[in-house]
This record gives sequence, C-alpha cells and structure tokens, in this order.
Amino acid sequence: MSKGTALILGARSDMAMAITHRFAKEGYNIQLAARNADSLAADASDIELRYQVAVTQHEIDALVTASHEAFVKNLPVLPDIAVCAVGYMGEQTVNERDAQAASLVMRSNFEGPASILAVLANRFEERGTGCIVGISSVAGERGRATNYVYGSAKAGFTAFLSGLRNSLAKKGVHVVTVLPGFVATKMTEHMDLPTMLTAQPEEVANAVLTAVEKKQDVIYVKSIWRSVMMIIRIIPEWLFKRMKI
Amino acid sequence: MTLSGWGRYPRIDAKLNVPRSEEDLRALVLRGHAIARGNGRAYGDSALSAQNTVHMRHFNRMLSFDAEQGQLVAEAGVLLADVIDAFLLHGWFPYVTPGTKFVTLGGMIAADVHGKNHHKDGSFGSYLDWIDVLVSDGSVQRCSRSENTELFEWTVGGMGLTGIVLRAAIRLRPVTSAWIEQRTLVAENISHAIELFEQSHDATYSVAWIDCLQQGKSMGRSLVMLGEHADGVAVPSQYRKTPLHISPKRKLSIPVEFPSWSLNSLSVRAFNALYYWNGQRKRGQQLVDWDSYFYPLDAILGWNKIYGRRGFAQFQCVLPLQCADEGLRALLSATSSAGAGSFLAVLKRFGTQNSRFSFPMEGYTLALDFPVNKKTLALMEQLDNITVAHGGRFYLAKDSRMSRNVFQQSEPRAQDYLSFRNAQMASNAFASAQSQRLGL
Repeated sequence: MSKGTALILGARSDMAMAITHRFAKEGYNIQLAARNADSLAADASDIELRYQVAVTQHEIDALVTASHEAFVKNLPVLPDIAVCAVGYMGEQTVNERDAQAASLVMRSNFEGPASILAVLANRFEERGTGCIVGISSVAGERGRATNYVYGSAKAGFTAFLSGLRNSLAKKGVHVVTVLPGFVATKMTEHMDLPTMLTAQPEEVANAVLTAVEKKQDVIYVKSIWRSVMMIIRIIPEWLFKRMKI
Repeated sequence: MTLSGWGRYPRIDAKLNVPRSEEDLRALVLRGHAIARGNGRAYGDSALSAQNTVHMRHFNRMLSFDAEQGQLVAEAGVLLADVIDAFLLHGWFPYVTPGTKFVTLGGMIAADVHGKNHHKDGSFGSYLDWIDVLVSDGSVQRCSRSENTELFEWTVGGMGLTGIVLRAAIRLRPVTSAWIEQRTLVAENISHAIELFEQSHDATYSVAWIDCLQQGKSMGRSLVMLGEHADGVAVPSQYRKTPLHISPKRKLSIPVEFPSWSLNSLSVRAFNALYYWNGQRKRGQQLVDWDSYFYPLDAILGWNKIYGRRGFAQFQCVLPLQCADEGLRALLSATSSAGAGSFLAVLKRFGTQNSRFSFPMEGYTLALDFPVNKKTLALMEQLDNITVAHGGRFYLAKDSRMSRNVFQQSEPRAQDYLSFRNAQMASNAFASAQSQRLGL
C-alpha cells in the first residue's frame, strides 16, 4: 500500500503539516523532522490513524549544519521525497538594524535548508532516484524595502535549488522549487492579506503533490502569482527603487 | 469580526481567538467570557461570545484507537466526518450521529447530540468513556462517570458553559457495511405517524419527515423512515467485495445567498408535495449508502445560504410522551395556519434520557426551520408557548431567538446548572451570547 517515504523538514509549520497530510493521504510513509520532535507525537498518531501509514519523528536543528550528515545517516530509511519547509521570517524592522537577527533569518532560510538538502541530494544521486522539494518564496524574486533580509535569504535558496536541479537533472533526481506567495498560516496570521493572492496551506499541499508527480520545476501555488511576479521582475530598477510595494 | 452560527442569524461582532496550544487556551480562559467554537454548526448563538470566542480548529488530532474496545481518543476539534473517513473502512461507525457530519467532537459533547437512534441507543454522551475539560482556573480535569462525576454530567449537554473540552474518549460501533437498509412507511396524519413510531421501537433508526403545510384530516401527513445497518452480504452486488467502501460523491455547492423571496410558501409547498409523492413512490425497502442516509444535506455544501441574507432559524422542541399527540397537533396547526411552511420538518421519537442538562426526554421532538422575518419570528414565539404549555423544552444547539422568560419556564433544571456553574467559578469564565440571552 505504501508508495514510498516522504521526509518533511521543518514539520511543525502549518504549510509543512498540510503537505504531510496530503502525502500521507496519498499513501506515503512519513518522517517528521523538526526541533523538539517529541512534541510532534500527537500529530504523528493523528496521521497514522487517519491514513494508516507509518510515521516516525526525527530531531533536527537546521542551523547546526555539522549535524546534518549524521541526521540523514540515522534515518531508518532514506526517503524517496524530501520536502524542506524550514524557514523563519522575523521582523524586517528588526532585521535591518540587528545583525544577529538578520543572521538568524539568513541562516534559517538559506544556509540551514541548503546544507541539509545538499546531504540528501548526494544520497539521492548515489541511489539514482529521489525528489527534493524546497519551499522558497516569491520574496526572493526581487528585494523589496519591506522584507529584503528574508527575501535575500530566499533568493539564495531559490538559486541553490535551481543549481541543484541543473546538477541532478541527468542523475534521476528531480528538484521542485515552490514559490507559494501569501499563505494563510501562523507566520502570516497577524497580517492583513489580500484574499485573491492568498492560498490555504491545503492548496500548497495539493500543488506540491502535483509538482512531485508531474516533475514540475518551479511552481507558484496560485497562478496569479506567476503574472504578478513577471511584472515585478520587469519593472526597471530606476522606477522600482521609488516604488512602495 | 462578524460571526454567526449555521443559521446565519443572529450575526454579532465577536472577537475570534484561534489558540494553538493548551497554554494559549488557558490564557484565553483566564480572560473570561470564553466560549469554545468548533465548526460553527450550532444554528444560533451557542458558540458566539462577543468578548472571547475561542476557535478550536487547531485542536484536531486523533490520538489513539483501541480496536478491542472500539475506543477512539481524539482532540475536541476533530470533525465527525474525519472520524468516519478514518474508521468506516475498518468497520467502525459513530454510535450516535446528528444530521450533519461537519460537527466537531467538542460540539457534539457540548450539545449532547442525538441521532435517529435515540429511542434505542440514547444520546452521544452515552458513548463517552471520559473527557478532559479545561476549567475556569485553567487546570485540566479528566472526568467520567466514575471520576469528577459532577463536572462530567454537567459538561455533557452543558453547551460549553462548564469549561472547554480538550480531549475525549469515544466508543465507535462495529459495522460490517457502509450501507443502511431503509424502509419507508407512509403516515396519513400525525396520529398515524405516532402510531408507526410506537410500533417501530425495535428499528435501530427511525425518523419522520412531515409535510407541514397540510391541514385538517391530513395534518401531519408524513414519511416515516426506518433504518438498519445492512449486513456485509446484503449490499448491492457491485459493492459486495468492498462493503465498507463507498466512493466519494460529487458535492453541490451553494455559492451565493438566494434572494429571500425564493423560498416562499409556493416553492415550499411544491417541494413538500414533491417530496411526499416521491417518498410514497419509494415506499418499502431500499439500500442507501451511509452518507445519503445520515447526511443528505451535507451533499449540498452551504445549503444554509438558500434562506437568503437574513438567515434562518430552527425551532426544535421535545414534548413529553403523554402530551405529544395533542402538543404536536397544536404546533402543526399553528404552523400551517400561519402559512409559514417549513422547508424541513422532522419528527423523531426519543427514548428515556437521564442526564443533568441534555435536551432529550422521552417523547417526541419536532424540528422546523424558517427563514427569519417578522412573521416567522412571531410564529416561533407562538410555538414556544405551545411547547411550554405541554411541558416541553427546547434544543439549545438550534435556538437563536428564544426569550429568557420562555427558557426559564421550560427549564426547571437551569437553576441547578447555575448553582453548579457558580460553585465552579464558571459563570464569568464561560459565557455565550446564548447563555447571556437566556440568563443561563
């Protein structure tokens, strides 16, 4: 019955949980990885009961890059799919004044995720199969005054994923970059988001599953974001720098 | 934000809090005037608090299942639909289900819901092994029939006013198929319907749909529908290999509010007549899948919007057995002479019920729903008075408009409940727009 195993990195977030449910419903066994993985016990039993798949919990700290080799080695089975939903937004107003805060955002969105995916990519390459899904952000497509610290880290991650895809394209390993746009999650709970542009976590989850199955490269969840970002990318810099967006 | 119950009446401006952890929840309860809200299927203002409505959607995990006893432990925000999704395939079904599967376990406990099998199996509370309740001082109390008994008894059916249910251990019923054998009987009038119910005590499920626009001799003409869980071997041949599996059906969805004139007495009359004749045509036995049998309205997502912008109100009362015939006659006659036909009129025999504050009592329950307007609000007041005069009471999960006076007359139990709530320091900690309206 099992279709394989999906590893979910940063499993605690709303988006990651929605993706987890979607893959479990599809019949994948699940490896939940997060800090304080023990506290995911209720989620693990819930997923097992709902979908009759095996769920395991694994401790990982994305910022402790030296531990990532051992983390992958200690997984009970090398997963078929790895979804990285690790990320942290912080507050731009703090990030631009406080080097420590900025560093935490950059490391959480770029260094940590890139490090762990690099280890997995090597294993997948050796095996000759696998799929890597990186949750990046439209914020990485162009730096904006309101969130360029987070955005720059996501830009790095997006570039990393595109390079990884290029490098693994002929090795049987597929890489999906997800640029979800606004998503109604804990991270955005306090924001007033335009409904037209805001996806539910379940929509992201459906889009990710489709992307994995159809081997899509870069996906936006709500298709309107593709057009929005195309416009944002082509605005000339001399104009863009004067804009408030 | 503007919030309402399923009837979309009343709508109030309410502070909606969405806690994610027990600590969040505790902090909210300590603020006072808290009321837990599940999936918002109570019709009126039971799960609304202007100051502190507490949405339970993040407490929605199933925690364990014991297949020996059929015991599921789950958080209060789990939907009944999800329980059925997860367990019917393995041969388990809820012992008691209300008319929609889009309710949470917490809501089912708070309203101590009943189903078409109340006469035989009692209410949802009978299948609870224990519950965990977060009470006014912020502590979590496990309670059951043998532990913390008083809290258990008042919480089941207590409309969320003793505390917030966090987790529950519920029993599921073993079944061998996902099908129900349905038998439809035709009743010429209300006395005939009662007679058929009284002859059908052995049926697991029984319910009647009433054409409530009929007057005179055929007043209360109805279709009495009986049901049994079908045996695995009795299911239609194409499903016999997988008797517990029914492929999901397409759902209709009502995207916008209907204009309020679309449900007028003509269209309601036409619908009622059609339904009746169609039922007559199908009288006798048929096999129906669980979803169509228990949840026909769930197939139309957002059906509450057909009543238009002003919303609708449901009237549901229960009358004690000895006054049922006379009382039902009076209720139906008031309804039909007001010309305010109810789109759905449902009659059901209740069995005995021993609980502190739950709705059911041995007798007959009648549910009617009406679009909200001056005429129907006046009619419902008339129905309130008839109910009180016949020693009946009202289902708070459906109520949105009853007066404090009517409530107090119909509920001699309210005084004891208040005393318990005061002793528990729960009267300020937990409150809904409904409890404030009714003085509960």
